[in-house]
Order: sequence, then structure tokens, then C-alpha cells
Amino acid sequence: MTLVITKNFAGPNMARLDVAMKHGAYVTLEKILAMKPEAVVDEVKRSGLRGRGGAGFSTGMKWGFVPKDTTKPIYLVVNADESEPGTFKDRAILEKDPHLMIEGIIIASYAIKAHTCYIYFRGEFYRQWELMERCLAEARKVGIIGNNIKGSGYNLNIIAHRGAGAYICGEETALLSSLEGYRGWPRIKPPFPAVEGLFGCPTIVNNVETLAVCPFIIREGAAAYAKLGTEKSPGTKLFSVCGHVNRPGVYEVPLGYPFAKLLSEECGGTIEERKLKALIVGGSSVPVVTGEEALGLRLDYESCAGCGTMLGSGGVIVIDETACAVQVLADLARFYAHESCGQCTPCREGTGWSKKVLDRLEAGLGSSEDLNLLLAIADNMQGKTICPLADALAMPIRSWIKKFRTEFEDHVRLKGCPFPS
Amino acid sequence: MNFHLTKDRETKAHEMIARYPKKRAAMLMVLWLVQEQEGWISEAAMGYVANLLEVTAADVYDVVSFYTMYNRKPIGKHHIQICNNCCCRLRGADWLVNYVKQKLGVNVGESTPDGKFHLSTVECLASCGTAPMMQINNDYYENLTAEKVDGILEKL
Repeated sequence: MTLVITKNFAGPNMARLDVAMKHGAYVTLEKILAMKPEAVVDEVKRSGLRGRGGAGFSTGMKWGFVPKDTTKPIYLVVNADESEPGTFKDRAILEKDPHLMIEGIIIASYAIKAHTCYIYFRGEFYRQWELMERCLAEARKVGIIGNNIKGSGYNLNIIAHRGAGAYICGEETALLSSLEGYRGWPRIKPPFPAVEGLFGCPTIVNNVETLAVCPFIIREGAAAYAKLGTEKSPGTKLFSVCGHVNRPGVYEVPLGYPFAKLLSEECGGTIEERKLKALIVGGSSVPVVTGEEALGLRLDYESCAGCGTMLGSGGVIVIDETACAVQVLADLARFYAHESCGQCTPCREGTGWSKKVLDRLEAGLGSSEDLNLLLAIADNMQGKTICPLADALAMPIRSWIKKFRTEFEDHVRLKGCPFPS
Repeated sequence: MNFHLTKDRETKAHEMIARYPKKRAAMLMVLWLVQEQEGWISEAAMGYVANLLEVTAADVYDVVSFYTMYNRKPIGKHHIQICNNCCCRLRGADWLVNYVKQKLGVNVGESTPDGKFHLSTVECLASCGTAPMMQINNDYYENLTAEKVDGILEKL
């Protein structure tokens, strides 16, 4: 199996520049610096790489949205605010091969003609931020980043920035607000960041994993990358697997890989071989699928859509028969209620109300009307706010009630949770 | 009340400010320097940051009150944050919260009387595969057992 991202994860001290370079880090620099930036964009476009933060939009196309005639500075911003429950894949890159991401940053910055890049770390990633500061200092010292990189005349300054605890800052426009020193409030689009982003200038926001793929595309060529995975979902993807499995962790597999195989081979099956009840395949925001649906699912954008869910960030949450559906959904609602930024009323109120209703259902104090109430709240949230945080709770509410309705009704009928706590 | 960053930290703050085209953008990084020095961010400190970044004190308060990691009052020296989001609960977070509560004799949101520990529960620290887990100040502690927790807390 070709490994694009995790090839050197097992190597010790990969954060040290000399070790990383022994493993091939930064070999693509001379190649791209001899190319026209537009040619780098085209190469990434041809590879079919889709953004790995969750939206799955073509990376090359996104880079192409920077206005050609702009006189303003252009920025690259790296989204390292990984905070979606179930998702811990970017953290693995930041810890195990940080120079791979820096190399990707140089490629992307050169392609979009940016001379400044900000890496936005979630506040809790203190050690990862600290490690990145060391890696950047080392790279600066030998002229891999900074002024006149390798005598090309190209300048690039990379700055590591820390957030301070707010899931919403993973939403790209909220991230930009936060980076400018404001509360992390999302902005209305358009204008899209590519046209008017950081400090009002053209800005491309890319996910850590997306950037970590770029060195492979430049080194091996777009065709070599496109050969991996499926036709519409090319390449490999990191899946961070958690929940009721024997070997949770971060796994790189080609897109289109069967979930059943990931579960049994990479993850060693469910704990005590218990029955798979449900699967959240792309981070906490995506609709849940049942265990039976999951076992037939392939891990690519199209197969997930065909199953009524989304590949999202690749945060895989495996849930077995010992878990209570109402409890899991109540936990998700608490998360979104806690993380709603409060800017839009439907989200601020809707996430809080959902949490209250789900808590009372779980406590056995709910009524049969509560299910319809939850669905009505979901309808009144989704699509009615500036950013998709409200949708990210509305989708789980609808899917959990649709697929596990009897379990919700049992809580009302039995006036309590049938699962042992 | 007067507040000042130490000389070293003030130099660092000016280095931070130089990293951005607008002073205000250094807000979060400068607030981190304040919290690193004091353990929390007082109104006096907010006034100091406002002066430094040429914004109003209300602008600084707006930011400090939005982000959960900034403490607006003093807390225990070692801030224990246990993730109890859904993924961690699937792998024993409830047990961990109860164990630490009993061990320290405090509830969530409280500090020990000697001011050594403060206990919080938090939402998802991107450590779902190594649950149950906790963060103490800047460090993650993962795949926790009672034995491991005992050892970690004793060493602090």
C-alpha cells in the first residue's frame, strides 16, 4: 500500500531537520522553485486532491480562486485547529512529521504567490505549537524558509499562532477573525477568503493534512497520486478511529477502502467482538449510519454520500451495542451548545434547547412530543445561520432519531435509560 | 492596580506584535504571555494589553471572555482538564472524572484548598483514540488508569 503521509511516522526524531532531510524532506523545493506558480496549481488540480478538513473541495481549484490582478498581499493560513470530536489526524502529522507539513506550506504558498503564512494551532496544542516553533527556527537557519529561498528570489515567512479554546475557530472565517485578534465569529460569505480574507486580503485556508499531501504530488507527479484511491476520490486519507475498537489510532488507507476491513484489520475489531451498533464516519457533525450500513460502506466521498452521510474529516467513531443512542446524541448536543459562538440566534438557542430536551429524555423525564420538538428545532437551525455549526447538530439529531427511534421512545415509555450507566 | 509584564515577556510581546501587519492580531499571543506569567488575566492586565495593542479595554475583555482557556480569576496551580466529550465517554471518561474528584476531594470547577490543583471537564482535546485522557497545564496524559493517575498527580 502506498503511504503518502504516514511513510515516516515511525521514524524517531522526524522533527529534527537533519533526520527529516535524510528521509527526503524538502527535495521538492528545487523542483517547484524552477516551475511557474501557475504550473504548481495545475499539478495539484490534476492530482484531484480534495481538501481534507472536511468539505472535500478541490484544493487546486481553491488555489485558483486568488484574484490574478490583486495588488494586496496574499496569505496562506493553515488550519491546525483540529477540534471536531473523533478527529485527531492532524495532530499525528504535527507530532510525527512536522517538516512534511512545512514543505507542503512552501509548495502552497509559492503556488498562490503568498509571502506570509500563519499556522493557527488550537490553544490546547501547546506542545505541538512549541515543536513547530523549533522546526521553523531550524528551517529558517538553513534558508529553507525566509528570504530568497535557495537563491530563487522567493521569500516566505511562516508564523505559528495559538488559539485559546474555541471549536468554532476551525470554521475558516471564524479562524480569520480570531487570527486578527477578535472573538472567533464566522463571517458571511461571499466575499470568500480567497478574495477577501485575512486583513481584507486574498487568503487561502488549508487543512494540515491537505498540505502534507502536496510534497508527494510534486515529487511523484499528479498522475501517481490520482492513481491511488477511486476515480472521484483520488489519493489516500487519514482516518482517526476511536470508540469501541481494540486498536484505536490514525490509519492511512486509499480512499474507497471498505470500512469493514479498516475495522477488522487495522483496528482489530470491536472490543470483545461486540455487535457494531452505529458509526459516525467523518467527525461528530455527520449523520450517523447503522452498524449494518457501516459494514457495507466504502470510505470515499461518493460512497458516504450514497449512504446519506459524509466523509468529513475522517474522524471515525465506532459505537457498539453497549452504548445508548440518546446518551451519545445528548453528549453531541452538549458539545455544540458549548461551542456555539452565540452570534446567530437559531444556533445559540437551538443547540442549548436540544441539549436540554435530550438531557431530560436521557433522565427519563421526556415526553413523546420531545422527538417532534427535537426535529422541529433541527429544521429551525439548519441553513439559517452564518456558518454550519447549527447544521452540524441538526444532522446528527435527524439521523439518530430516524435510525434509532425506538430507543428514544423506550426512554419515554420506561421513564429512564434502559442501558446500565 | 498596576500590571506589567516582566522585561523578558515584554520583549517577547513586542516580537509577537511585529509578526502581524496589525497590532491587534497579536492579541491572543500577548494574552498567553500574561496568563503564563500570572496564571490568570485580571482587569488590570487587560488594561495593560489594551494599551500595548492600542485598542480599548473592552476590546480585550471581549476576547478574553470569549475563549475558554483564558482564566478570568485565579485557579489552582495545576489545571487538570478531563475530556468528557462523547468519544472519551465511550472509553471511560466518567470513571476518570469520578476518580480524580474523589482523589482530590473537589468537584468539577473547584480548586483544592491548598491551591495546588484545579479540576475542569472539557470538550474534545483531539485525543479520542487515547481516551480516557486529561490535560494538565500544557501536557496531555493519555490511556489513563488509576495507577497512572496516582503516579502523575504524585509527581506534581
